[in-house]
Amino acid sequence: MTGALRQVYWLLWKDLLLEVRRRDNLLSMFFFGLSLLFLFSFAFEITSDNVAGMAPGLLWLAFMFSGTLALGQLFQGDRENDCLDALLLAPMDRGAYYLAKVLFNFSLMALLEIFILPLFGILFRLDFWHLLPDVLLYTLLGTLGFCVVGVLFAAVTLRARARALLLPVLLFPLMIPVILGTVRTLQIILGAGAAPDLVPWFRLLVGFDLIFITAGFLLLEWVLDG
Amino acid sequence: MARRILGTLALILIVTGLYWGLVEAPPDARQGETQRIMYLHIPSILVAYLSFFIVFVGSCLYLWKGERRDDNLAHSAAEIGVLFTALTIVEGSIWGKPTWGVWWTWDARLTLTAILLLIFTGYLLLRSLIEDQRRAAVSGAILGIIGFLDIPLIHMSVYWWRTLHQPPSILRPDKAPWDNIDPAMLWPLGINFVAFLLLFFYLLSLRIHLGEVEEQARRDRLHDTA
Repeated sequence: MTGALRQVYWLLWKDLLLEVRRRDNLLSMFFFGLSLLFLFSFAFEITSDNVAGMAPGLLWLAFMFSGTLALGQLFQGDRENDCLDALLLAPMDRGAYYLAKVLFNFSLMALLEIFILPLFGILFRLDFWHLLPDVLLYTLLGTLGFCVVGVLFAAVTLRARARALLLPVLLFPLMIPVILGTVRTLQIILGAGAAPDLVPWFRLLVGFDLIFITAGFLLLEWVLDG
Repeated sequence: MARRILGTLALILIVTGLYWGLVEAPPDARQGETQRIMYLHIPSILVAYLSFFIVFVGSCLYLWKGERRDDNLAHSAAEIGVLFTALTIVEGSIWGKPTWGVWWTWDARLTLTAILLLIFTGYLLLRSLIEDQRRAAVSGAILGIIGFLDIPLIHMSVYWWRTLHQPPSILRPDKAPWDNIDPAMLWPLGINFVAFLLLFFYLLSLRIHLGEVEEQARRDRLHDTA
């Protein structure tokens, strides 16, 4: 097990190092998310009365769209110079490769969320500073769910035509439990929902994460073979 | 020959069931004539559920054993499932307009059915966008499995989100089917259900045969060029 953990660590380290040196994913994701926030303010009439009910949905749209962009680029680095083939030839657990990719995409999205959440609060005058730890917890639970399924389908669509379009088409319907779960929990935290509903939604999010991280771990092997 | 008998039997039963349901059976006490669409609506959705279950079984078998036959089964069932899900939604809309006053409403089961349609249309789209046959089969199998695992979670989340659909009258946990519905209505419904099942297996066997012929043609072409 320690061997597999070390493999995950080095694979993740490789991707993070590349990201630190190139910074292409994070910067584009950040500016994409920011421009979405501006679009929201034009598209919707957001006032201090309705901001608590609307914020979770808008934030999640921004996170999901940015996350989908990141997923589209996820295997790009490894495909250049046939790096992926070399990785697959190495005596490495395929599951470790999957987990490293999930953690990498998760880190990118988590960083984005840490930037975007306070910005959203400032731009739309949402007073949620004392609730920020809770908001972050549920956002990250949902983000993990998004990544565990997203990475699998980023790999599945890797060699398909029109894959940039295909990925969200496949991914979004599957993401409905995550979207509803995070949006509803955040609304409850921000005071726009019934508090007793928090526990079932929380369980749903955790269940989703556990089921699909197991499924992804087991299924990625077939995707990468051949 | 067996297929022709199956098809003829399905045709006879459908004509019988439709005549019984649309002409002989009494109109509903409250909904009147519009309720008669139930004789098509319920068999359609049950057949659609059956097909998605077969997609799941075929996908698992294909990943496990790697035989083209199982993939062909999953692919064929998915096509028929999409057809019957779409039919169910259209029939529901036609019924919903006079009964609820709207073509569509964001009720839990309506939404769930629409999501099923999205996921399995995505399945067909994915397969059509990958050239390599083996890779298309593996990708389809992964989506078939993940999609099926996701259905209970989507069901729960959408159900918690909202519900308005009339409660099921046939499959209820507290009562046997024949206690909930007048025999004059249960008979045509039962006949239509058997008829739709036969139709499903007839279409499935046709579609599987088509898949085999396509596979044979592909192999012959390879043989000729070699």
